[in-house]
Amino acid sequence: MLKIENLHAEIDGKQILNGLTLEVGAGEVHAIMGPNGAGKSTLGYVLGGRPGYEVTQGSVTFKGQDLLALEPHERAAAGMFLGFQYPVEIPGVSFAQFLREAVNAQHKSRGEEALSGGEFLKLAKEKAGLLRLDMDMLKRPVNVGFSGGEKKRAEMVQMGILDPSFAVLDETDSGLDIDALRIVGEGINAIMRAPDKAVLLITHYQRLLDYVKPDVVHVLAKGRIVKTGGPELALELEEQGYEAVA
Amino acid sequence: MRGALSTREEDWRYADPDWLAAADPVALAQWREVDVPAGAAISETREVAAGVERLRVHVGRGGSFALFCINAAGPYARAEVEVTLEEGAHFEFGGVTLGGGDTRQEFVTRVVHAHPYATSNQTVRAVQWGRSTGNFLGRIEVVRDAQKTDAAQNFRAILLEKGASANTKPELEIYADDVKCAHGAAIGALDQTAAFYMAARGIPPETARKLLIRAFVADAFAAIEDGDMREQMLEKALAALGEEAL
Repeated sequence: MLKIENLHAEIDGKQILNGLTLEVGAGEVHAIMGPNGAGKSTLGYVLGGRPGYEVTQGSVTFKGQDLLALEPHERAAAGMFLGFQYPVEIPGVSFAQFLREAVNAQHKSRGEEALSGGEFLKLAKEKAGLLRLDMDMLKRPVNVGFSGGEKKRAEMVQMGILDPSFAVLDETDSGLDIDALRIVGEGINAIMRAPDKAVLLITHYQRLLDYVKPDVVHVLAKGRIVKTGGPELALELEEQGYEAVA
Repeated sequence: MRGALSTREEDWRYADPDWLAAADPVALAQWREVDVPAGAAISETREVAAGVERLRVHVGRGGSFALFCINAAGPYARAEVEVTLEEGAHFEFGGVTLGGGDTRQEFVTRVVHAHPYATSNQTVRAVQWGRSTGNFLGRIEVVRDAQKTDAAQNFRAILLEKGASANTKPELEIYADDVKCAHGAAIGALDQTAAFYMAARGIPPETARKLLIRAFVADAFAAIEDGDMREQMLEKALAALGEEAL
């Protein structure tokens, strides 16, 4: 589904990704772990197409398309979802407005019908319920006044509503207490565990992987994958640290 | 004929010098007068036309005058408002300048708190692109006996392109000692982080910019009590953006 080959990327002339190669098949959950500064968030932003993150070498193919040739909003419409480590606050724009624009823009670019107000609300209610968030969040400005945990749960509600085929989740587990971690983990499973979907979980810690069981675990260091293994690799890392394992 | 005024006069310092040189002094001396009787409330919404509009308002004891303006005309459009407040009177002002090309839009207000317990609140937003300029010159005068005055003034500008500019000049003349006068100003670009967040959810750049500008401009019309009217003013302001701004 997603194939990254020899990816090199830089920010402000500083090389961060250094020949990263990775393939994620449909139906799979991959976890990327690694120390601070390894390039984990950069990988997320490069896949999302954030301005300022320049790919200097290599390729990314998503469902057979050249992902890097697409604009950020086209990547979303193609089925890519980027969950932010720090979800952005947008004063003056309500979640309802923001999400309806997003859903309808994606539908439009795929040649599908726009959702009616009622259909949208029904969908939003179902997904908010999954993440145990109050529907009142839809009336509030995007992420404004949300706690860290609420922001992360709201990210997952968005993912549920947008129904992507591939999700890159950048430290979705950070800022969550134990209960929220479980709710978010179960949410990811409910929304993304399907034969035609896949997930790339970027995380520091093993704890989210207790709920979202990865099929493959990669260790990212200095901008490339230095080790790949099964779920046991995450446990090993947790016990022994990155330096000992990778 | 020599013009009536020059940009050496403080109140005209950001005005268009060419326009001033050609201005007809008789027309410039014309003021529209509004008298708000004691206890009455008058609310006005307007779209400022090219040239200079001058409005002089007297608000009687306990009365209120609310004025909401869209100033998007060119090449030069100036709306000037002079308000005198009796005891306990209120003045509410919401103004938006929008301009591109070589145009210049400005608001000039002079609010005189002539008696105690009067309040005023002014919110001006500028959205400029091309080589246009948006200005807000706001003077607040609090006379010696006007204790318990509460006056606020806030200006924010978004410059969509290099070459656009905005000027603001708050002037507070306060002769009473028990008053509250607040003013704030900020000039910046559109929030790129928010724009990318929207793109990552599938919202195309033009729509994202529109949503962000709408949220920004909405501050100036937040005090319009009639929801439909508020919505109409927002739509009119957004319609003035034109394609080159997005």
